[in-house]
Amino acid sequence: MSIRERLSGNEAAAIAMKQINPDVVAAFPITPSTEIPQYFSTFVNNGEVNTEFVAVESEHSAMAATIGAEAAGSRAMTATSANGLSLMWEMIYIASSLRLPIVMSLVNRAVSGPLNIHNDHSDAMGVRDAGWIMLFSENNQEAYDNLVMAHRIAEHKDVKLPLMVCQDGFITSHSIENIELIEDDKVKTFVGEYNPEQYLLNKENPIAVGPLDLQGYLFEHKTQQAEAMKNAKKVILEVAEEFEKMTGRKYSFFEEYKMEDAEIAIVCMNSTAGTTKYVVDSLREKGVKAGLLKLRVFRPFPAEEIAKALENVKAVAVLDKSDSLNAAGGALFEDITSAMYVNKKRVPMVNYVYGIGGRDTKSDDIESVYNDLAEIAKTGEIDNPYRYLGLRK
Amino acid sequence: MAYNLKQVVAEKPSRFTAGHRMCAGCGAPVVGRMVLRALKPEDHAVISCATGCMEVSTFIYPYTAWTDSFLHTAFECSAANASGVEAAYKALKRKGKIPEDQETKFIAFGGDGGTYDIGLQSLSGAMERGHDMVYVCYDNGAYMNTGIQRSSATPKFADTTTSPAGKVVPGKMQSRKDLANIMANHHIPYVAQTAAVNNFKDLYEKSEKAIYTKGAAFLNVLAPCPRGWGYNTEDLMQINKLAVETCYWPLFEVVDGKYVVNYKPKNKLPIEEFLRPQKRFKHMFKPGNEWMIEEFQKEVDRRWEELLNLEEITNRE
Repeated sequence: MSIRERLSGNEAAAIAMKQINPDVVAAFPITPSTEIPQYFSTFVNNGEVNTEFVAVESEHSAMAATIGAEAAGSRAMTATSANGLSLMWEMIYIASSLRLPIVMSLVNRAVSGPLNIHNDHSDAMGVRDAGWIMLFSENNQEAYDNLVMAHRIAEHKDVKLPLMVCQDGFITSHSIENIELIEDDKVKTFVGEYNPEQYLLNKENPIAVGPLDLQGYLFEHKTQQAEAMKNAKKVILEVAEEFEKMTGRKYSFFEEYKMEDAEIAIVCMNSTAGTTKYVVDSLREKGVKAGLLKLRVFRPFPAEEIAKALENVKAVAVLDKSDSLNAAGGALFEDITSAMYVNKKRVPMVNYVYGIGGRDTKSDDIESVYNDLAEIAKTGEIDNPYRYLGLRK
Repeated sequence: MAYNLKQVVAEKPSRFTAGHRMCAGCGAPVVGRMVLRALKPEDHAVISCATGCMEVSTFIYPYTAWTDSFLHTAFECSAANASGVEAAYKALKRKGKIPEDQETKFIAFGGDGGTYDIGLQSLSGAMERGHDMVYVCYDNGAYMNTGIQRSSATPKFADTTTSPAGKVVPGKMQSRKDLANIMANHHIPYVAQTAAVNNFKDLYEKSEKAIYTKGAAFLNVLAPCPRGWGYNTEDLMQINKLAVETCYWPLFEVVDGKYVVNYKPKNKLPIEEFLRPQKRFKHMFKPGNEWMIEEFQKEVDRRWEELLNLEEITNRE
């Protein structure tokens, strides 16, 4: 029997980590992910896990120590937000290039500057080309479930890539909601033992990790990373299927909410999907054929599958909780429009940058997007595809 | 048993092999090889290394000069990398995933750029957390890998590519940071400053102590650079000797807070002896620049006196 609980998103992430019982956790506090290492160090000091907790002096060292621990042959985890991830940036790329299946909890927050501690996705978008698998979570349940599935995906022999589980800072990390936890022993069995083929602490077969890799080899090595990311797509679905058998909860690359007959659709990630579902329901009552595509797997990017899911709608709005400041549109919008074009789907698309620095996004805001979409669907006209939602006039 | 170089070399084959691409006359590989010789032959080691000359010349894909396990990631985090490996070792030992009789030692290397400057925070953190590891700084007194730029380990007046001896400013205008003392003030069990002199006796013995002292240990080792310092490659060992005999580079250790000055020259040589063979100090010997040598000598004397005082104070009953 699963366990019904009431937990915040940070608690849910920490509980998942407790059940996973990794060998090493190295982390540094930063709002709003601070609670994760706080809860976790309590588990360590109360003997509820047998993890080595390394209270590092910075996020750069958090990732450097996690890399060291994972390369040594252990299962290593960390958690961070915003500027913490920015400080890790150099090591983020190195972690994936060394093919180390580190798992990180990223509690999304606006990257400075100016300083802001609230939620947007600018931290995650800053590492979108770093070679990490990136899973997004609508609520505490999904943050928990994604973490339980994380090691199975990251450590798979065809993948061997680091993975981050994103959730929205404060909105889900600090909101207490109902959650269904899986029993400890079931999580343990599901996650399994980590037995890497090659690792630093293997005295019988010493290895050297992290060479100077010049013109003769780097290109091929980078291509191997790219292949691994492609392989991750299959593995993500296999792990989700097994997870569903255990819990009854279904996961895929994305969730299609009332998309079967939808004429207008929003694409978004994380907690905004919850608000959007509420608006879709109320519009459906009024006879508006609204739908939602909630993206869970942002890296690898399921381009073909998204294009297929959106091919029959008359207008799509992509919501970006981060501005790319490029005079063209947000990162998610660009990925999705590119996916549509390459897969020869011609659907009018519009981009809304929203929620920057924790600006509240209400159901009225989402409804206004659907109203705009209804107009676009009718006329096929888009005067400006790069728009803002909730910006004070 | 008394130290004997021939015996050490015979009984302990090098764990840092030939074929690396360090320059002739460079102090760093000599230091690295000797530090590793201090390991017991049956013990395994995981070595981490900061980006720098030592890394880019010894581990160029698909070749490596290291026979032990080796990890390199970036410039500033050799110590943090090693602390992660050491934490994994503790966890895996506890869980029975590493054979009980396996003894693995953790040695982090970094040049003065990766240690005094960009890696200081990571080093300080790892030492304060007390990981069972040794951090070895091979100090060549500038960023040599990128082409001889000044570091906080560069001696005053040295001519480097970012502190050139110009018409107005005669080289680096600041004195060097005293890293060994900064590390001693972390109150870790073992800190030492050493150099490859006297058949490597001091270096070997301190490496052995550092590796086999439980907890965090730090070694600061002089590693002259023929390109950056401007001496003839065959003079490496002579330069080491002059650094020690002039008290520019005192040999000392701090064991559980107590300072021991390991070598006090009976006849302390004037600093010119150390400065003259090096092109980086050439401008100090031009007529009218005598004040630079005087000032340099004063600073060497002041620091030497300070060290002797620390020895006296920390050993008082």
